[in-house]
Amino acid sequence: MYQVGNLVKELSAKHGRDRASLMPILQGIVEKHNYLTDEAMVEVAKELDISAAEVYGTASFYTFLDTVPRGKYVIRVCKTISCSMKGKGEIIQTLENILKIKAGQTTSDKQFTLLETNCIGWCHKAPAMLINDMPYTELTEEKVIEIIKDYMHK
Amino acid sequence: MKKTGLNKLDYIFEKIDIREVLEKVYLMSNDHIIKEVLDSGLKGRGGAGFPTGMKWKFTADEKDPEKYIVCNADEGEPGTFKDRELLDKVPDKVFAGMAVAGKAIGAKNGIIYLRGEYRYMLPQLLKQLDGFQKIIKEIGYDFTIEFRMGSGAYICGEESALFESIEGKRGEPRNKPPYPTVSGVFSKPTSINNVETLVTAILVMRIGAAEYNQLGTKDSRGSKVFSISGDTPIPGIYELELGMTVQEFVNEFGDGDTKAVQVGGASGFCVPRKKFADTIIGFEGVPTGGSMKLFNSSRSMYNVLHNYLDFFVEESCGQCTPCRVGCQQLLKGVQQVKKGEAKSAYLNELVKLADTMKIASKCGLGQSVGNAFKSIVDNFREEIIY
Repeated sequence: MYQVGNLVKELSAKHGRDRASLMPILQGIVEKHNYLTDEAMVEVAKELDISAAEVYGTASFYTFLDTVPRGKYVIRVCKTISCSMKGKGEIIQTLENILKIKAGQTTSDKQFTLLETNCIGWCHKAPAMLINDMPYTELTEEKVIEIIKDYMHK
Repeated sequence: MKKTGLNKLDYIFEKIDIREVLEKVYLMSNDHIIKEVLDSGLKGRGGAGFPTGMKWKFTADEKDPEKYIVCNADEGEPGTFKDRELLDKVPDKVFAGMAVAGKAIGAKNGIIYLRGEYRYMLPQLLKQLDGFQKIIKEIGYDFTIEFRMGSGAYICGEESALFESIEGKRGEPRNKPPYPTVSGVFSKPTSINNVETLVTAILVMRIGAAEYNQLGTKDSRGSKVFSISGDTPIPGIYELELGMTVQEFVNEFGDGDTKAVQVGGASGFCVPRKKFADTIIGFEGVPTGGSMKLFNSSRSMYNVLHNYLDFFVEESCGQCTPCRVGCQQLLKGVQQVKKGEAKSAYLNELVKLADTMKIASKCGLGQSVGNAFKSIVDNFREEIIY
């Protein structure tokens, strides 16, 4: 849980208060807090003067607008065909071992969430994953361990 | 003119003086711009292949003073990554394509809808856009481009779902008609073009329709950027002249053991080895937005099909029943056949279901699930059953 504070007001001042501003506002909250709480969605609804159900209905459509708690670093490993052919399974296994969680879960310190995702557009450099916005490609077990250790020390 | 062989080209990524092209186009009449694009035979590079000049003409013919150019950069088709490369290497050509289209159809507003997976590119792109806006302002164009981000929904690559998303709604496709050229984003006349289409339009403006027409075939003019992955020693992005056969493609990019090529991604067609020589890559054969995936004989085509169906089950927006339930039932069906819980003849029923989805689904997603399904089941039936 986080306090949404003035963020919704700041984002709506920047993007506007019409319906078309909804996505950029929700994206802005997720960028800062990694997921959308019920409170945050209600705040957005008030600010844009629309129903909270409209906000939730929109947010829940989009994979990257999570409405359940996520860690500070959301890892999304591509599971579509090229990555699947080039060893996505081993990459997930390595991540599960180092983070001590299963795919779909968040570490107890709320630092990492491990998810699988559909094609992220790096098929020629498979296997690939995103950590928040950053793509990591041509992954190997060693490379994954190094990347996660870097994030652990951030 | 019959084209043979595989011809690597370098028009699309070639560095050019963008100001020079923009200055030249600025002096052309709008009818002349549209005529050049019509004469070039350029077809949309996102995969559907609608003639770009006609799209521009229809939007230009609308009387509404407020119109939009939307650049579809929601590149989500499995196996496609060329639009990212274009935005990375030649963003000025993408912006210029929009400005030229804007002038031709009478639109002052441009929106680039960039998929959420490419968000890391945004800071750099905004900087480049800033420089570009200064250039077109100096020349005299009255055109402003803004970025809107996607949030991880494949369906938003469908044009009307993309408009819904820009408008802050669930990305659910609309009924057509009306088509975007009449009522697109914010219910205004809109020309929505793929990233590569806009870049190619700049090439047409620069060299002219007559020269552009020398490339490719009657049904598939020009060159195309291909995203090549799977079992190949040289995966990557290549610009190739249109008109080659799958065999010629495999000779260049295969690993010597290619048994199938999936042309056009998960919503495209699977071409088996025995049909390589007779299948042309292009609108006269197998059309593609550029996704080319090679599979060698070590791959199970059941696993490939299963992966695609998993993808569609998750990415179907769920709005219309044929697509939502159809995707689930196709997946469940092949699983049952594989496990021996259903007879192999059940595959014929599933093929009928795929045909029904093609007729009854609301948008291109549900309509094209059957492409991969039928071409894999038809050509690799034994791999699905045993």
